[in-house]
Amino acid sequence: MKKIISFTVNGAKQELYLDTRKTLLKMLREDLELMGVHLGCGGGDCGACTVLLNGEPVTSCLVLAVDCEGAEITTVEGVQQNSELHPLQQSMIEKGGIQCGFCTPGMVMNSLALLRENPQPTEVEVRQALSGNLCRCTGYAKIVEAVLDTGKTMTNSEEV
Amino acid sequence: MKEFAVVGKRIPKTDAPDKVTGRATYGQDFKLPGMLHGAIRYSDHAHARILSIDTSKAEALEGVKCVVTADDVPETRFGFYKDNMPLKKDVVRSHRDEIAGVVASNEMIARQAAKMIEIEYEIMPAVFTVADAMTENAPLIHPGKENNHLITNTYSHGDLEQGEAESDVVVQVSCKLPYVNHASMETCVIVAQFDHHENLTLWSTTQIPFLLQKDLGQALGMPPKDIRIIQPTIGGAFGRELDIYPYHPIAAIMAKKAQTAVRLCFSREEEFRAGPQRQPVEVSIRAGAKNNGDLTFRDVSMTLDVGAYVSWGSTTPLVMMETTASFYRVPHVRFKADCVYTNNLITGAMRGYGNPQSSFYVESAMDMLAEKLGMDPIQFRIHNSNQPNTTTEQGLKITSCGLEDCLKALAERAETKLEQPEKEHLKRGRGVGGTLNVGGGARIYRSDGCGATVKVDDFGHVSLITGSTEIGQGSETVLAQMVAEIMGVEVADVRVINSDTDVKMWDVGVHASRTTFIAGKAACLAAKEALSQIFETASEMLGPPPDLLKAENGQIIAPDGKSVSLSKVVRSRHFRSDGKMVHGQAFYDPPTELVDKESYHGNISPAYGFGMQMADVEVDTETGQVKVLKLVCAKDIGRAINPMAVEGQIEGGAQMGLGYALSEEVVVKEGKVMNPNFVDYRLFTSADMPEIENILIESNDPEGPFGAKGIGEMGSSCVAAAVTNAIYDAVGVRLTQAPMTPERVLAALDALEK
Repeated sequence: MKKIISFTVNGAKQELYLDTRKTLLKMLREDLELMGVHLGCGGGDCGACTVLLNGEPVTSCLVLAVDCEGAEITTVEGVQQNSELHPLQQSMIEKGGIQCGFCTPGMVMNSLALLRENPQPTEVEVRQALSGNLCRCTGYAKIVEAVLDTGKTMTNSEEV
Repeated sequence: MKEFAVVGKRIPKTDAPDKVTGRATYGQDFKLPGMLHGAIRYSDHAHARILSIDTSKAEALEGVKCVVTADDVPETRFGFYKDNMPLKKDVVRSHRDEIAGVVASNEMIARQAAKMIEIEYEIMPAVFTVADAMTENAPLIHPGKENNHLITNTYSHGDLEQGEAESDVVVQVSCKLPYVNHASMETCVIVAQFDHHENLTLWSTTQIPFLLQKDLGQALGMPPKDIRIIQPTIGGAFGRELDIYPYHPIAAIMAKKAQTAVRLCFSREEEFRAGPQRQPVEVSIRAGAKNNGDLTFRDVSMTLDVGAYVSWGSTTPLVMMETTASFYRVPHVRFKADCVYTNNLITGAMRGYGNPQSSFYVESAMDMLAEKLGMDPIQFRIHNSNQPNTTTEQGLKITSCGLEDCLKALAERAETKLEQPEKEHLKRGRGVGGTLNVGGGARIYRSDGCGATVKVDDFGHVSLITGSTEIGQGSETVLAQMVAEIMGVEVADVRVINSDTDVKMWDVGVHASRTTFIAGKAACLAAKEALSQIFETASEMLGPPPDLLKAENGQIIAPDGKSVSLSKVVRSRHFRSDGKMVHGQAFYDPPTELVDKESYHGNISPAYGFGMQMADVEVDTETGQVKVLKLVCAKDIGRAINPMAVEGQIEGGAQMGLGYALSEEVVVKEGKVMNPNFVDYRLFTSADMPEIENILIESNDPEGPFGAKGIGEMGSSCVAAAVTNAIYDAVGVRLTQAPMTPERVLAALDALEK
């Protein structure tokens, strides 16, 4: 079965005619070609496909696209403002939080959600918040450092 | 040591901005016009004869383009022992055996159709343990392989009897080490396409583009020269794709029949079920020492279940015998490894490649000896440490060696004693474990070389075209740093081109912690060649002879301070009658040797890396839970070209090593993977990781580029050894089976009470 749904992705309005079985992940990758949304497991276990759905982090492989009617969706492609990298992105680069980079978009989206809620998290809070995002390369140390560093340099949640 | 402009600096990864914005194109993202999608149908049984394959229902499903079976291709065999074939025709030997492939308009339809293929089997008896496989009347997995025996590797030096006679203390321990999975965040993916001349292009997450060309040619019955391999951005590999596996030729077979590009992408479940695993080992070690602390002997025997087809797992004894024979100074050694076929999983290469296993049993025995001698475990190791500029009995030429420095650094940290918690049931302990790792590749193939070209364009932009492969580890950045240092330019002015077999020169592949060393050395030689051409022309422009010039900040500078920009020199050389371009070329093959096929003696690597780790753990004696509080990692890396990247390798290795120690195990029942997902196969998360302290020991290797040695694997190799020794220190029980789960810890504590 197919259905027309409309929603906003990275600030742009979209209207798509979609198979009702299609996941948000597949819709973002296949219909909108937002390839920064990564498929790591398809079961909500690795966090690589994390996007913000109305500001909340979700694993997009577990969300049906048709359930996103009217929603605001942000993917890693929508984090950058104009040509400027977000401070968190900059920090991920500078602190060495990226190796193969496959987990990176999910890490960024989940960290952003955390920083919006809690602009100056403690290390334990960062580690807990990111515990659903698996990384096989970095041992997480430098990712956690990047998030903490971003928290320190940003003054209020508005900026996040 | 000399200060450099960019070498030794914490330079961010050059590909990081594209990765953090979602721009990087991974294998999974790669698309071609008209591209279709493939899915593989695997066996339903561990061992069976195929009586018939009916593909009609699958072919009739809407959206299906075609189905391929063994009937579509000439019968070919590939693999180390030529025991594997792309699609199985008569017999399946494991649950992961590929029988057919479906090509369809999307992946969902392809997978659905694959299930609709009807296969009739005659079930055959199967064997799932080495012991069962070796019994007299065991079913044979491959005809002619008596008792399913593949190969026995034996090694010895000295005189074991003499070693035993000289021993004041002797210890013995048997260990069992599990299957684990690479668990790269990106699964395997391949896109295959034939052109009108029947040339095949394969976009692949492979780690061995040039060997794959050759092996794929063999598997497909086509000339390797007609195969081109292109590597997109790779989302982790860790040894997973160090070999050809059936899915490589299957993708090509599908593309050929479908007459268009076909994409084959593993699901996570397939990654666990059909991909290779780390080699499991059952091993027994006896070891001795004198009262003065000198090691006397080691006697090791082990069995390896290599599964139904042979891949790199079966060669891990070569590494394990290296640790057994050459890690610490031990005069008398005997080693025996039996590799046996079963109807289980394929075992391949995985980060550390035999080292996590050998570090576990050797370092367990070291601690047991230290205890019997009443010596401090670190001091006992220092007493027996390998030393620089020595040759081991096995023939390893150890030049730079920072092992003693690593141990001394740990000894210093160990001066701060662990505080015991107030709660009675929580016990803390500390343990160390170490590893001897090849530090600059391992000659396991006729060439261990890598080719490089450095060219400079008219605008001063430098390209390094290297045979090596980036799998996320940071080789592009480290290689760019080395070239930038030599050429006197910024890292941002160097682009690394490394992904196309039609463009890059040969390289054996990304493995054995070899890329910084070998690709680095090749890049440096090519850059020096390019620079000498620049100096030749600059000398004409500036006056002084070439050997008095230097390259800095994009300028070529004469001793009197006069300078000319690099790009101007290139243009001057180019735009003249009889003009020339700037391009340096090099092929570096390290001064090593293939080990002797009988005695296994020989110098396999141009350098050896040493690493020690110290784990502080807390054992909950009520639940069996082991918490690692801190991991101190002291690693002899020769020289850190990029300390941030080195730390990243160690920290990432620690995550993998901690999983090996405490949580990761691919559970296999009657040849079937029982936990093919990240809920039941537990990776360490950010919340599970302990504090990590890195200590980089720079022993400045005489052969390595800028003194560097490899670090890719060492971080993961000795964690489990340190953890088991720490658990013993905490609660007095020696865990001999990894992962050391709460159940196993409790069982060991119960056995102790009894």
